[in-house]
Amino acid sequence: MQIINVIASVVGGLAVSFLIYLGLDYLVAKTNTRWNKRLLPFVFLGPVLLLLTVFLLIPTGLTIYQSLLKTDQYGLQSFGGLTNYVQLFTSAPFLQTLLNNLLWIIVVPGVTVIIGMAVATLADRLGPKREKTFKSIIFLPMSISFIAAASIWSFVYAYNAPGQPQIGLLNAIWTSLTKADPISWLQTEFAHTNSFLIMAVVIWLNAGFAMVLLSAAIKGVPEETIEAARIDGASERQTFFRVVVPQIRTTIVAVFITVLITTMKIFDIVFAMTSGQFNTNVLGMEFYNQFFAFNNPGKASAVVVILIIAVIPVIVYQIRTYREQEALR
Amino acid sequence: MTETLAPGTNQTTKGADQPPIKKTRRRRSQGSRRPLLTVILGIVAVLWLLPMFGLLVTSFRTTTDAQSSGWWTVFADIAKAPWTITNYSNALSGTGSGTGQSLGSEFLNSIAVAVPATVLPLMFAAFAAYAFTFLEFRGKEAYFAVIIGLLVVPVQIALIPVLQTYKAITAFTGIQITGTFPAAWIVHASFALPLCIFILRNFMSTLPNALIEAARVDGASHFQIFWRLVVPMSIPALASFAIFQFMWVWNDYLVAYIFIGNANPVLQQGLLGLLGQYNQGWNLVAAGSFIVVIIPLIVFLSLQRYFVRGLTAGAVK
Repeated sequence: MQIINVIASVVGGLAVSFLIYLGLDYLVAKTNTRWNKRLLPFVFLGPVLLLLTVFLLIPTGLTIYQSLLKTDQYGLQSFGGLTNYVQLFTSAPFLQTLLNNLLWIIVVPGVTVIIGMAVATLADRLGPKREKTFKSIIFLPMSISFIAAASIWSFVYAYNAPGQPQIGLLNAIWTSLTKADPISWLQTEFAHTNSFLIMAVVIWLNAGFAMVLLSAAIKGVPEETIEAARIDGASERQTFFRVVVPQIRTTIVAVFITVLITTMKIFDIVFAMTSGQFNTNVLGMEFYNQFFAFNNPGKASAVVVILIIAVIPVIVYQIRTYREQEALR
Repeated sequence: MTETLAPGTNQTTKGADQPPIKKTRRRRSQGSRRPLLTVILGIVAVLWLLPMFGLLVTSFRTTTDAQSSGWWTVFADIAKAPWTITNYSNALSGTGSGTGQSLGSEFLNSIAVAVPATVLPLMFAAFAAYAFTFLEFRGKEAYFAVIIGLLVVPVQIALIPVLQTYKAITAFTGIQITGTFPAAWIVHASFALPLCIFILRNFMSTLPNALIEAARVDGASHFQIFWRLVVPMSIPALASFAIFQFMWVWNDYLVAYIFIGNANPVLQQGLLGLLGQYNQGWNLVAAGSFIVVIIPLIVFLSLQRYFVRGLTAGAVK
């Protein structure tokens, strides 16, 4: 029964969207040629423009508007100006959340790029067969969802009371090495230990992605430039930092930005591992809590707007890069 | 969803999945036997796989075993350990994950969400990419700049207003929208469009323009050229985006949770429910995790070439 339902909705959904196009094309074919030429692009673009406007642009405006609404104790909304923002920025836990987010974006993109770069560079020096194997292994976590990754790593960080057998790998190693009591890792706020342990999972997921892009870029570096540096007496290290790195700079930046954006809006993994408790809260998590736990769409929207403001520099950078590339075409 | 321009990677794409060109071959063969390097990378590889491996082993253990000893202890006597596959059958048919459904039926729900949410944006974006590549119209550059800007906009920006709109429509017309598959398709599709258009347009602009001109001269309409020429020639780009989008949607939790919720829960919701009850046994969580990752893993392992090509095609997700 469920299968029939699933198949029916899949087939139906696809058929309807195709019919929309046939219909639009039929309409354009009917109009006279002068109009046809003008209208045709919008037949091809129409549905996309409609979807982007209705599901992205208008909601963005509504979210900004909504962030100005305050919610009273009965759940009723009224215009509150910047109340939500003032409340957020004067609340110590939220400032801590911002700080945590900052920690995430300082640590995760940088470390991911460095690990990706290291594996790409080292694997490049091995034979093709071994290189391929190693790269596939590092790349494998790419296919795993945040929730599944959270399961895998929560098990590594698992904690049992002292005296009981430790089934979590980390505590097993910890207790046998130090003979100390096991530690409830994900609840350890000291020095942001728990946050760093969650970050490790995200790095584990993304390093392969960084490696693949950087590896492709490294292979694209002309051998002559490296050869020339060696002839001039440059060491391995000098060749790498002064010849290879500058030539793949654009790729490094692109990888960094991609991981940066993933990190800024990180949610699933924090939600699955700690729900933002024990001082692991981040903006994506705060959005979820404000909306679902506290039933405060206004404040949740304000959190999103803060997130978007943080993303704006990246958007500007993207458009500028695109313009420069187009100019080179 | 995250997407970034990867300027400069276009020309290096070749190195990723084609045999190495002559000039790099020397560098490679030169270092093909490096035991120390192999050992270092070998250690990294083992560390990388160990967490997954531990969970895989645990997924075949009994609850008592999994609760009372570490998974690594089974290697003391592999033959003696009471291996079992009941964890998988329990996870697939049991409804104890808090969503009210078993992972088995959640598997079907995930397919019902992921397949159209992959095909729909591909189709919409292919049409748009065609317009951006082969048609002239006013404001083309501006429209495209907007699409580039939207590449990195976090999905959270739209969730609340779209959900409220769905609910308002339901209140007004009585038609239930949240909880149905299309409610999630359309959000997934909309947020996939910028990246998909970007990749396809980059690809289409490499197609020979003369061919399209020739078809025009022969009297073919743009609609015919699109379906008969451009779409078949764009299959590589379409395939690599399809893999991406499928894995993205399959692995998504937030959109599915907000727009479908517990009416038709997807796998990620089921797994999160299981994870919340880890104290009843990691063995069930373990089996659940592998049920959840098996499809992306198969897609990934069998289509890795296309996946890498998509990554290096100038955009990433």
